Amino acid sequence: MAIDASILFQIAGIGIIVALIHTILKQMGKEEIAQFATLVGFIIVMVIVINELSDLFQQIKSVFLFQG
Amino acid sequence: MEIIQIVILGLIASILYIILKDVNKAFAFFLILITGIIIFLMVIRQITVIFQLIESLGEKANVNGMYMTTILKIIGIAYIAELGANLTKDAGLNSVATKIELAGKIFILLLAIPIITAVIEAIISFIPSA
Repeated sequence: MAIDASILFQIAGIGIIVALIHTILKQMGKEEIAQFATLVGFIIVMVIVINELSDLFQQIKSVFLFQG
Repeated sequence: MEIIQIVILGLIASILYIILKDVNKAFAFFLILITGIIIFLMVIRQITVIFQLIESLGEKANVNGMYMTTILKIIGIAYIAELGANLTKDAGLNSVATKIELAGKIFILLLAIPIITAVIEAIISFIPSA
């Protein structure tokens, strides 16, 4: 059973790239687009995390509480 | 060795967190969250095996099935509450973490009510009624 550590690198990579895009857009003077890019990156990561979280809660439910 | 994998995962997560927290706080928090989830998912598979052992032992000892499920539920609530409290504490919300712990304690007590009443009834039946 191998750990799925790739998701960790995925999130870190998205974070760094989004921060980079934010900085570059800010330097170019496009403040609103920079905020928007950060928001989109945030939402992408949030979707990944929420999928994983629901998986965890399903596991906990089926192991501890026997409700399927 | 699973433990080595978990430790290395934690180390990698810490390094990525240190890089990421100066760049973007929100992503750093997501990183912590996902690390906790991965480690928990790894552990929960082992817990299933232990619980099967406990169940079979309980069946051999003729323990009431209700008590076993109550105990398992209590352990589950403790784990979830701990996870949530630690995550909120990491995010800097100490007061919310305390409330989550309080809620966990209350729900554990709520689940334990049938057991407590059974114990008290047993004690009362020992006392000779004058």
